[in-house]
Amino acid sequence: MPELEGKLDIQSSEDVVRVRQAVRALAIRIGLTLIDQTKIVTAASELARNTLDYGGGGTLVLERVLNGKSVGVRLTFEDQGPGIADMSLALKDGYTTGTGLGLGLSGAKRLSNEFEIHSKPGEGTTVIITRWKA
Amino acid sequence: MDRIPILKMGGFLLVTIQVDMHDRLAMALQEDLTDGIVKHRARGVLIDISALEIVDSFIGRMLGNIAGMSRLLDAETVLVGMQPAVAITLVELGLSLNGIRTALNVERGMSMLRIDLPSEGL
Repeated sequence: MPELEGKLDIQSSEDVVRVRQAVRALAIRIGLTLIDQTKIVTAASELARNTLDYGGGGTLVLERVLNGKSVGVRLTFEDQGPGIADMSLALKDGYTTGTGLGLGLSGAKRLSNEFEIHSKPGEGTTVIITRWKA
Repeated sequence: MDRIPILKMGGFLLVTIQVDMHDRLAMALQEDLTDGIVKHRARGVLIDISALEIVDSFIGRMLGNIAGMSRLLDAETVLVGMQPAVAITLVELGLSLNGIRTALNVERGMSMLRIDLPSEGL
C-alpha cells in the first residue's frame, strides 16, 4: 500500500521550486542515491512546470511505495486543464505546443523507472512517475 | 523581486547561482546579464553553477539563451562547476547544452577566458 507523504498545490513558479524541495526531501528520506535523487527531482520539475503552464495549475501527491523489499518514490501530478489531444505527439522529443524545448514529458519519462499518463481532452491530465531505490 | 548578483572582474562578468531559481528569477538573470555585458563592455561571462542541485530543461534553455545572446554582443560565455549528477541527468533528459563552453571549475573557466581574451580580465 502506498503511504501518503504530502500534497502540494502548483499555482506559481515558486510552487515549482517547492515541489523540487519536497521531492528531494522524500528521496533523501527513502535513501535514493544522489544520482537517482537528481533524476526524480528533475523529472518532478519538468512535470510541475507542465502542470502549471499547460494544465493551468494543479496538484502533486507524494507517496512512498513498497514492492516486496524495494522502496520507491511515487509522484502524481494532476490538473483539470485542457488535456492532451495527441498523446504520441506529446511524448515525442522536441514537440511542444508552447515555447519550451519539448523535453518535459519525454525527458521525465526517461528519468523515471515507471511512467503513466492519462488525459482526456477538456478534462485534464494525470501523470504518475515512480523511481525505485536501486 | 530577488536578483542574482553579477560581479565585474576586469573585462569579465562573474555570476554564481546559489539559489534554487524559480523561472522568473532565471528570466531576470538573462536580462540582467545582457544589460551588464553592454553596460560594462564585458568580453567574457563566467557562470558558476556548482551550487545548483538540478538543471531542468527550463534552466538549460536559459543557459543556452545567455550563451547565444552573449555571443551576439561579442562576449564569450563559459559555464563552470556542474555537479556530476546534474551532468548525467541532463544528458538523459535529452539536453546536452551544445554550443555552451564548459569548464570544470571557476579557475579553469577563468584561464580559458584569459587565453581567448588576453587583453581583458584580471
